[in-house]
Amino acid sequence: MSDFRYAVNVLPKPGILDPQGRAVELSLPHLNVTTVSRVRVGRRVELTVTAASEAEALAVVDALAKEMLSNPLIETYAIALLEATSSAVSTGGLSAAGSTRS
Amino acid sequence: MKVGVVIFPDSNSDVDALNALAVAGVEPVKLWHESPDLQGVSAVILPGGFAYGDYIRAGVIARFSPVMRGVSAFAAEGGLVLGICNGFQVLAESRLVPGALLRNRSLRFACKLVDIKPERLDSPFTRAATGKPLHIPIAHGEGCYYADEATLDELEANGQVLFRYVRTDGAPALDPDEPANPNGSLRAIAGVCNAARNVAGLMPHPERMSETILGSDDGMQLIRSLVISAAERAAAAGPAIVGGTR
Repeated sequence: MSDFRYAVNVLPKPGILDPQGRAVELSLPHLNVTTVSRVRVGRRVELTVTAASEAEALAVVDALAKEMLSNPLIETYAIALLEATSSAVSTGGLSAAGSTRS
Repeated sequence: MKVGVVIFPDSNSDVDALNALAVAGVEPVKLWHESPDLQGVSAVILPGGFAYGDYIRAGVIARFSPVMRGVSAFAAEGGLVLGICNGFQVLAESRLVPGALLRNRSLRFACKLVDIKPERLDSPFTRAATGKPLHIPIAHGEGCYYADEATLDELEANGQVLFRYVRTDGAPALDPDEPANPNGSLRAIAGVCNAARNVAGLMPHPERMSETILGSDDGMQLIRSLVISAAERAAAAGPAIVGGTR
């Protein structure tokens, strides 16, 4: 068995009202920032799945992302593998960072 | 006749709902979130509050609680379920009613009296309403009703929009930025029901306007509607269900 560390990044769907993003955007003039636009505010969840394979782990995190961490009516999500660690031989740090799926 | 009120961790309008049911003359029953057993009630209210801290999104963690297994099965059999405020959010996250509740457009927690108008008086949840606007409170941070345009059209065509926020003249507050629309809800929608019309949710709090000593008993129009409909269902189901012994 191995431990797979994932990040699930959830964002409001394009076109969905995002008052948090709008509030950030409206505050930018106070910082004298004039070059930033299209701010969207979401949430990031990090979690570890213990599974026999990466495919098995991804299926678990994908189901969780769809059912609980995001609401498909209003949000999209992307999954990134941060780290894979063998539980039996703890070598640590076998990384496949950057792999995403949405 | 018994009507249940679900108590989640951080429910805070459960006592108001239990009281409103007692005022309506039925036996209120507390339904604890850790049990799927609905104790033979004839209808269920999901009350206001912040179930499970509203973490992730309002209502989503509550969706996976044992009691919601019981509520979903009850709803699938045609049982009457009314979600108020956080209860509406739980029903939406559970996909028992269409749409989603987004963060208020103002970003502010909205706690004030609003006017809502029942769109139809032939639903199990509005049958005892006069049809005039109800002056009742809201208290929420995520009450901006959202569904995509196709779904909104479908809801209108099916008559599933039960309540809209209205101006003082009774006209719907269709502009999401106008004061009479307290949270930016699309098409001024304050409450909807499912296609089968046995599950409904609304953001305002009828149970908090259940006695004139509280300022108004406008909300009892909706609580009484639920009670009358539940009694009809209980009677139709026959003595086995009503007596609960066989």
